[in-house]
Amino acid sequence: MTRLLLIVCMAALLSACSGEWGWYVVNPTTAKGMTNLKFLLSGLGYTILLSLTAIIISIVIGLLVALPGLSSNRLLKGFNRVYVELVRAVPILVMILWVYYGLPQLMGITITVFWAGVIALALSDSAFEAEIFRAGIQSIDKGQYEASHTVALGYTDTMRFIILPQAIKRILPALGNQLVYMLKMSSLVSVIGMQELTRKANELVVTEYRPLEIYTVLLLEYLVLILIVSAGVRWLERRLQTDQR
Amino acid sequence: MPNQTDVQLHNEPIIRMQSVSKFFGEFQALNGVSIDVKLGERVVVCGPSGSGKSTLIRCINQLEKHDEGTITIDGHTLGRKKQSLKVIHDNVGMVFQQFNLFPHLSVIENLTLGPTRSRGASKSDATKLAMQYLERVRIPEQAEKYPAQLSGGQQQRVAIARSLCMEPKIMLFDEPTSALDPEMINEVLDVMVELAESGMTMICVTHEMGFARRVADTMVFMDHGEIVEMTNTNKFFEAPDSERCQEFLQQILPH
Ligand SMILES: Nc1ncnc2c1ncn2[C@@H]1O[C@H](COP(=O)(O)OP(=O)(O)OP(=O)(O)O)[C@@H](O)[C@H]1O
Ligand SMILES: [Mg+2]
Repeated sequence: MTRLLLIVCMAALLSACSGEWGWYVVNPTTAKGMTNLKFLLSGLGYTILLSLTAIIISIVIGLLVALPGLSSNRLLKGFNRVYVELVRAVPILVMILWVYYGLPQLMGITITVFWAGVIALALSDSAFEAEIFRAGIQSIDKGQYEASHTVALGYTDTMRFIILPQAIKRILPALGNQLVYMLKMSSLVSVIGMQELTRKANELVVTEYRPLEIYTVLLLEYLVLILIVSAGVRWLERRLQTDQR
Repeated sequence: MPNQTDVQLHNEPIIRMQSVSKFFGEFQALNGVSIDVKLGERVVVCGPSGSGKSTLIRCINQLEKHDEGTITIDGHTLGRKKQSLKVIHDNVGMVFQQFNLFPHLSVIENLTLGPTRSRGASKSDATKLAMQYLERVRIPEQAEKYPAQLSGGQQQRVAIARSLCMEPKIMLFDEPTSALDPEMINEVLDVMVELAESGMTMICVTHEMGFARRVADTMVFMDHGEIVEMTNTNKFFEAPDSERCQEFLQQILPH
């Protein structure tokens, strides 16, 4: 709450500090300003949808890549290392361009801007998710696997009922950070025409010639969004801490 | 009538280890260990730290894979992975020094997970069985609690009940009271004595010599990865053959 207030104050200060500002472009009391503001905010849905879809997929891929990394089999381990190192080395913007323009040609498919964005972000992030999962799972005591063995659970059941539920609690904060990161990175998908927050701002700048105000609004949009997410993550963390288990 | 196993019919040992060796890299933790355990026999294993006691019983349920020799359980020689796993899962329970309860599950969930997932028991059957064993370890009132809410002694009794819910023929104990405060040791030992009296086959690594005298049929003394002394309990405490064993007993028995 205090943070939100701070932002409002900052915005007020910004508007007051110089004659260069032209807040009329997004002044909600005028019809024109209101239309512009609505236009800017209309990207919010896609930013959120894109980030959420991408993070869910990247978590799934991350887990699928992390598990072989924990095996004692050298081939499986090698797969994990190669995947993580390769994917981590690709800049996200390059990944987006490659998935959107390259992948359809390679595989003879058509791909929408949205799914290109989702796939690119999910792939990029999956390498980090994989490392987070690997560290989280490795932090679980060996005795848990041994106890699981004594009650006749196989690998899948051991992971599903014993290891992952405990690991998830430990890595939730890290996953929260990745979601924040994802929200920020989703702005890059604007380059292929995704109608999310950043794209909307770019388009408005072209027609209104007020980059300072419009990008300031854009910046605030991300700030608010991310502060809300961080607050949610901290709330979850606190809940898990007070948990008896 | 319950299925009679090969072992019972032929009066063979339920566990037979023959010349079993185990290496950790260069280090040899077990050096040609052989031991037979009959159905219903109670074996207590003792010996100095690092002598290979844990490794011995961990090889029996393949938490450690042995490198040489053969281990036969209930007539099945442990070898190819899948089949060995089934033999162990069907026959062998284990209780650890550190309890190793599942901290994110309630006591009752700790007990029912194995039977429901790997035995295909229904939830209500598994719960009934679990309550029965919680009665036996004398903590039925703790069923809904989480491990962190219990004392060490209670946790270890839950761990014993959890293993018993799998209805094993053999129970392995690796220093089950070593992590406990002194005042809690007896509540765990009492449960183990009862279990021994009920006819369970047990191999127990422990330095609780009072307990050993009371329940053990056979005493095993290990040193440097070898079984130095293996004899019936009376002889072991009165006149062990080896000097190393005599010294060890002098150190740990009250004079
Ligand atoms: N995973 C392992 N990797 C390497 N060395 C090991 C491993 N497990 C055991 N050892 C070594 O093998 C030897 C026997 O270990 P073990 O745990 O069986 O001894 P122990 O008799 O149970 O001792 P303690 O009374 O301390 O529990 C020790 O020297 C130990 O350091
Ligand atoms: Mg040990």
